Amino acid sequence: MTNPDILIVGGGLHGLSAALHLARCGASVTVLEGEFVGRHASGASAAGVRTLGRNPLEMPLSTISMDMWHDIAELVGDDCGFHAHGQLRVAETDAQIAAETQRIARLTAAGYDNETVIGQDQLRALVPGINPKFIGAAYAARDGAADPHRTLVAFRAAALRAGVTIREGAPVTGLCRRGGLWAATMPGGTVSAPQAINAAGAWGARIAALTGENIPLSAKASMMMVTERLARTIRPVVGIIGRSLSFKQSSQGTLVLGGGIQGRYDLDSGRTFMDFHALARGAMAATELMPSVSGARITRCWSGIEGKTQDLLPVICPARAEGLFHAFGFSGHGFQLVPAAGAAIAEMVITGIVPPTLQPFAADRFSQEGAAA
Amino acid sequence: MTSEHDILIVGAGPAGMAAAMQLAGLGLSPLVIDEQPMPGGQIWRASEGARPDAVRRALGPDYAQGAGRVAEFRNSGVDYLPGTRMWHLEPGFQVFMSRDGAAFSRSCRAVLLATGAQERPVPLPGWTLPGVMTVGAAQILLKTSAQIPDQPVWIAGSGPLPLLYIRQLLAVGGKVAGYLDTTPRGGAGRALPHAAAAWRGRGDLLKGLKWLRELRRAGLRWLRGVGDIRALGEERIEAVCYTTPDGQLHREPASVLLLHEGVVPSIHATLAMNCDHLWSDAQGCFVPQVDAWGMTSVEGLYLAGDGAGIAGAPAAEARGRIAALGIAQWLGHRLPEGAEPAARAALARALASRPVIDALYPPPDDDIADEAVVCRCEELTAGEIRAAARLHRGGPNQVKAYTRCGMGPCQGRQCGYSVNRLLAAEYGKSRAETGFFRIRPPLKPVRLGELAALQEGREAP
Repeated sequence: MTNPDILIVGGGLHGLSAALHLARCGASVTVLEGEFVGRHASGASAAGVRTLGRNPLEMPLSTISMDMWHDIAELVGDDCGFHAHGQLRVAETDAQIAAETQRIARLTAAGYDNETVIGQDQLRALVPGINPKFIGAAYAARDGAADPHRTLVAFRAAALRAGVTIREGAPVTGLCRRGGLWAATMPGGTVSAPQAINAAGAWGARIAALTGENIPLSAKASMMMVTERLARTIRPVVGIIGRSLSFKQSSQGTLVLGGGIQGRYDLDSGRTFMDFHALARGAMAATELMPSVSGARITRCWSGIEGKTQDLLPVICPARAEGLFHAFGFSGHGFQLVPAAGAAIAEMVITGIVPPTLQPFAADRFSQEGAAA
Repeated sequence: MTSEHDILIVGAGPAGMAAAMQLAGLGLSPLVIDEQPMPGGQIWRASEGARPDAVRRALGPDYAQGAGRVAEFRNSGVDYLPGTRMWHLEPGFQVFMSRDGAAFSRSCRAVLLATGAQERPVPLPGWTLPGVMTVGAAQILLKTSAQIPDQPVWIAGSGPLPLLYIRQLLAVGGKVAGYLDTTPRGGAGRALPHAAAAWRGRGDLLKGLKWLRELRRAGLRWLRGVGDIRALGEERIEAVCYTTPDGQLHREPASVLLLHEGVVPSIHATLAMNCDHLWSDAQGCFVPQVDAWGMTSVEGLYLAGDGAGIAGAPAAEARGRIAALGIAQWLGHRLPEGAEPAARAALARALASRPVIDALYPPPDDDIADEAVVCRCEELTAGEIRAAARLHRGGPNQVKAYTRCGMGPCQGRQCGYSVNRLLAAEYGKSRAETGFFRIRPPLKPVRLGELAALQEGREAP
C-alpha cells in the first residue's frame, strides 16, 4: 500500500473537514479514528451555528464559516439540517441591555454587523411564550443550528467521495518522525505520511506529547438534555445572559437543552458521567425562560468529551516538529467553525503559511504568556 | 421517613418483597421503592384489590397467593415508597427518583434491582395499529379492572403467558377467535434432553399439561406452526393475516389482536451502570452477570428476580432472599444458621423446570418484515434500519445516531432487541457481538419541572 500524503489523527468534524478540503486540493488523505467517526465532542454537539457573543479573535474565521454554512450543501452535498433561525441571548435588566449595546457597538466599529440589540416586542415575536421578565436580547439573525448527526454523515460521505480513506477503530498510540515521514502506530498496523494533522480533540495534547511537544489542555464534558417531541413553536436558539443555558427546538420538535453545564469525564475510558444536580439548574433555567415547558419529559441526556484551552480559543498551528500541524481544543464552540477551519487548515498544510484567520491560534501563545507572567 | 437507609430495593414484586422481608428479619432496614401504587409487581399486580369471586377464581391460585405475600410485606414494617420511579443511578451509590412530580436523590451503600422483566416487542406489520396490544397489557387490564375485550380476540405468539391468559379470559366469559401459535414444531424433541433434570420441577410441568388439556376441552381454535402474521386495517385493526405450515395464506376479520413472544430481563439500569452482561441463546436476550449472591460486576449492586434471567415468581422470591443474605454479609453482618441453604434449595426447586420451558418456547429468530415498524417512537421500519446498516456499516449506536432509532420516550425498550437482531443478520455476526444501545440517562423520562425540583433541594419524602 502506498503512503498517503497526509494522515489525520481524529475522525471528528474538524478532522473530516480538513480531510475533505485537502482531498479536494488533490492530496491523498487517511483519517485515523480511535473509535468511530464523531464518537466524542462532534457526535455530542448541540450543533449551534453561532457567531453571537463570539470572541473577536475568532470572528474573521467565524464570519467566513457563516457564509459557508449558508451554502453548506455546496460544500458537502447536504444541508446538514442547518436552519438560520437566529440565535438570541436574552436580558432581564436594563444594565444587561446597556452592556450588550456597548459590546455590539464595539463589534460594529470593528466591521462586524452580525449582531443587534432587540427590544421586548421583537423578542416576544421571535420566542412566543417567553417569560415576560425578559425585556430584550442580543440577536444574530443569520445564526442558527444544524443537526449534528446529519452533519457528521454529510462530512463523512463528502470526504469519502473526495477520495479520503477513513479508518475507524484505529486508536493512535505512537507518532514519530522516521525518514521524512510521520509514522502513526495503532494496534494492528502503522500508517506513514510526509505530513500529519493532530485533530484529536480532548486527546490533542496527548498526541502532541507523543512528539515531545507539551501544550496545556484540559477537557470539558458539557451535558445536553433532550425532551420528547412538542408542537413546534420556537425557531431561534435562545440563551440567557449570565446563565448556563442554551435552549432550542429541533426540527423534529424535541427541545434540546445545553449551554455548557458540566458533567464528569474520564479521558482514559472516554466515558462521561451525568451530574443531575447540575442539570437541575439547567432545567430550572429552561422552565424560567419558558414556563410552559415544565411538563415536557426529558428522554435522554448525554455528554461528550471536548478539549478546553486556558483562553477557550483553539490551537490551530504548525507543530514544533516538521510536517505536523495541530487543530484541536475548540473549547466547546468549534461546531460553527468546521467548514472554514477545514479550508484554512488545508491551506496551511499545503502552502506552509499560516493564513491570517488562524494566526490568533498558535500554541506558543501559552508559553509566551507563561514567560510574561 | 427521612432517615438514611443503607440499602435501597428497587421494585416491590416477588423478589423485592422477599428480599426486604429477609433483610428485616436480619434486623436491617432497607427502603423499598416501587413505581406502582401497590406492592406485588407484575405477577401479583393489584392483588390487594377487591374483585368479584368469578374473576378471583379465573385469575387462579398462583395469583391468589400474592395477596398473602403482599399482606406479609405490608406487616413487615419495611419502609416502602409506592408511586416512586428511579430514573438514574450513580456509582457509589447516589439514586435519583421522582415522586409526586418532584425529583429527589438518596445515597446508600447497596442497591438491589428487583425491576423484573418486560415483554419482548413483536415487530410485525401492523402491530402499531389500535386494537393490537400485548398479552401482558391485556392481562394487566384483567387484573386491575377486570376488563376483557367484548369482541372475540386473536392471540398470536408463543410461551406460557398466552396459555395462562387464554385460560383466565375464558374463565371470565371472554371469547377467543383463535390462538396463532408461532412456537416452532418439535417442542417435545427440544425438551426431551432436559426432561430428566426437570424431574424436581415436574409439578410446574404437570400444571402446564393440565392447562393444555383444559384448553383443548374448551374447544380453543389452536393453529400451530403459524408464521408471517400481520395486522391489517386503516384506522384500527380490521383483519389478521397468517400462513399455516401447509403454506396457505389466511385472512380473517379481527378487532383485537394480542401478541406475545416471551419476556426479557429489564437491562437498562444494569447497562447504564456498565455491568457485564452475557447473551443467553436459550432466552434470546442479554442477562446481567451476577455472582452466587446476586451481585453484579459492580460492587454493591445486586440483582434479583426476572431481571437476573427469566425464571418466574418462586425463583424470584428465592433469589430475593439470597441477594438479601448476600447484601447483609457484604455489609458485614453474620448470617443466621440455615438461612442460606434453605434459600438455595428453594431456588434449585424453582429453576428445575426452566430448561424445559426454555426449550419448548425458543425465542423468535425469523426475519422481521421490511415494512414492520421497529422503532415506534420515531416510526422507523425494519427496511429503513436495514438500509442504514448497509449504508453506514455501524453498530447499534451508530445506527441510532443516523436514523434516530431508539431516541424517543421509550429509550430503546421497544426497538433495542429488534435492532440487535436486524444488524446481527445484516452483518453475519452473533447477537452477543452485535450488542445493544448505549443507555443514556434518565432511565425513565423525567419532566423538566420535576428535575428543577431537585435543584430546589426539596426535603425528600
